[in-house]
Amino acid sequence: MTIEQKDSQFIQKSIDEAIERYGAKQDELIPILTDVNRAIGYLPGEALDEISHQLKLPKSQLFTVASFYRMLSTKPRGRHVIQFCENAPCHVAGGRQVWQALMDELHLGPEETSEDGKWSLLTTSCLGICGVGPVMMIDDDIFGNVDPKAVPDILARYH
Amino acid sequence: MKYYRSHVLVCVDPDCLKKGAHEVMDALQDELVAQGLIDEVQVLETSRIGDCAHGPELMVYPEGVHYINLTPSDIPYLVEEQFLKGRIATKFVEEDKKTTDEELSAPTSKEVRVVLRNCGVIDPENIEDYIAEDGYQALGKVLTESTPEQVIDTVLRSGLRGRGGAGFPTGKKWQFCRASAETPKYIICNADEGDPGAFMNRRVLEGDPHSVLEGMIIGAYAIGCSQGYIYCRAEYPIAVRTLNIAIKQARNMGLLGKNILGSGFDFDIEVRMGAGAFVCGEETALMSSIEGRRGEPRPRPPFPAVKGLFMKPSNINNVETFSNIPQIMLRGPEWYASMGTEKSKGTKTFALAGDVKHTGLIEVPFGLTLREIIYDVGGGIKDDKEFKAIQTGGPMGGCLPKEYLDLSMDYEELAKAGSIMGSGGLVVMDEGTCMVDIARFFMEFIQDESCGKCTPCRVGTKRMLEILERICDGKGQEDDIDTLEMLCEQIRQDSLCGLGQGAPNPVVSTLKHFRDEYEAHIKEKRCPAKVCKALIRYEIVDGVCTGCTVCARNCPVSAISGERRQTHVIDPDVCIRCGICMQVCNFNAIVIN
Repeated sequence: MTIEQKDSQFIQKSIDEAIERYGAKQDELIPILTDVNRAIGYLPGEALDEISHQLKLPKSQLFTVASFYRMLSTKPRGRHVIQFCENAPCHVAGGRQVWQALMDELHLGPEETSEDGKWSLLTTSCLGICGVGPVMMIDDDIFGNVDPKAVPDILARYH
Repeated sequence: MKYYRSHVLVCVDPDCLKKGAHEVMDALQDELVAQGLIDEVQVLETSRIGDCAHGPELMVYPEGVHYINLTPSDIPYLVEEQFLKGRIATKFVEEDKKTTDEELSAPTSKEVRVVLRNCGVIDPENIEDYIAEDGYQALGKVLTESTPEQVIDTVLRSGLRGRGGAGFPTGKKWQFCRASAETPKYIICNADEGDPGAFMNRRVLEGDPHSVLEGMIIGAYAIGCSQGYIYCRAEYPIAVRTLNIAIKQARNMGLLGKNILGSGFDFDIEVRMGAGAFVCGEETALMSSIEGRRGEPRPRPPFPAVKGLFMKPSNINNVETFSNIPQIMLRGPEWYASMGTEKSKGTKTFALAGDVKHTGLIEVPFGLTLREIIYDVGGGIKDDKEFKAIQTGGPMGGCLPKEYLDLSMDYEELAKAGSIMGSGGLVVMDEGTCMVDIARFFMEFIQDESCGKCTPCRVGTKRMLEILERICDGKGQEDDIDTLEMLCEQIRQDSLCGLGQGAPNPVVSTLKHFRDEYEAHIKEKRCPAKVCKALIRYEIVDGVCTGCTVCARNCPVSAISGERRQTHVIDPDVCIRCGICMQVCNFNAIVIN
């Protein structure tokens, strides 16, 4: 079995599971896309084709939704996704220095993915834990009171 | 119902978390398991037991003992004394402090808890805890004693206004939706709390989800609908989980579903998650999102009460609005209307953030002054610095300077001052904040979150951002302020939804109150708050510098030169203004000019 076939099967399986869970209805489109995005890491064109087919919706409509929401991505993302809160409470609590430290450490700009596919550096809207700003999220882990000096240590925990 | 002989409430406010509240909590759980007490003692997260000065701290009920200054290694002793031997571990109790129930409910005398009354007090994942606090009593009363019209009348008389920001009277909204003849109708709870710095709704959803459900069921009964949706943002996974647990429990008890409490009234609720789009907090955009489309606002009319979700009559209220409803039904509209000001009744939750000593959630009656909120409730400005401005109402709100400190916090007064109530985010800024930088910052946010549907918002905010960036970079032009003002006016007038119409607000308000700062940036190429990198210079003060070479060794671009024991010099052309030299200098010899 080639890797590509395996991927196609995996994509198919992720889509089938999501549609099974929510039902093939237009108003379930966002939950379906969210689940598939989570399973695969992003929404490849192949997946949008298949969902479009099963939900009987034009692919253009799927793409317009997939490209609108921040948590859905039509481009591949790194193995670890860093989401940095760039909002005012974190900003006044010293967020700018943390953001700079992240960019320096990873040699990445905003919304970029590293060449080795390890990291994606994104900004996020408020995570609602403003009491402990600056805040960032790596995959599903939340880090509060982040100090710029602690950034290398935090990143080193991920392989 | 599971019976606990003791309840431990651990404070998880920011200050206590910093000092290790979670570690203490973990140690407590482990110790309770080790001692076989885990089924007898319940551990919950709470907030604002004291002022966090002696954190990590916790309360033990029913005794009401307040333990302070705890570390994980203290826990085995505490558990042994308190729960095994049944006596107070006095060495962790503040000596001259009497502990009472009020200590938990209202940390300062200015706070009143209606919406937050159960948060941190009950177990959000246990419906029985909520019922024990009079939960679902209001629903029972409404379904057996009142007609839908009477419910609407009660809400009208309470004076409750929409807590999502616009402040539209909730009773009127319900009336409009009830009057629509078409069916089915939908009731929607807006839990897409996206305003940066605002997390009041998250706290309610995670701490007292049933109060929101109960409010929604009562609302559904009043307007006559049988399907409800809660639209929760995807950034709040814990809130979504708690809500789903709460809905399941309510269904099992016959409080949701067919024939609720035997009254013949059917109603059910579904949770929908966003996928990260700020604009979905706007009601028509939110409905598009539930329908599975791009979250783009629609023009009004038709209003949602006529053609809303799936083009059917819909009523949409905010989390906080719904969670007020059960209390209003139970304690009466007069009680509710006795709090607040003439036109803004009841209490409001605010999220205090920024440069204030005690950040976190507060709930106060309308009509308190900003000064009372910042100094009495919030404990004043961090590091005893000077207050500079407060931003109310989120990214579409305004910044108010110190002349407005005695402004009464209600919908009308805030609007008069050129800001808005919004959902309740309050960001306090001290003297070290550059207002042009802040305006630029908010514009960046708006520009990022503009959905792109209408041109004034999509293109106009981009142009404004470019001008603000130019000003902060020291390249401001003479006519920039005029251009900004013209753009503000046009975007405000011509945008489709509240996001665009409110977008210029941070710029309008900072231009109004801090015009001199803009002028200093543009005309004198100077940043008075010493924030904008292009407009500042780091310099070493002759005579204070001891020539220790620390700065030169730490400078990442080797911009500092000088002999040992001689005053050093920074080359401004090489310096990247990173500020490291200032941080490492032990003699405060480096200043910003």
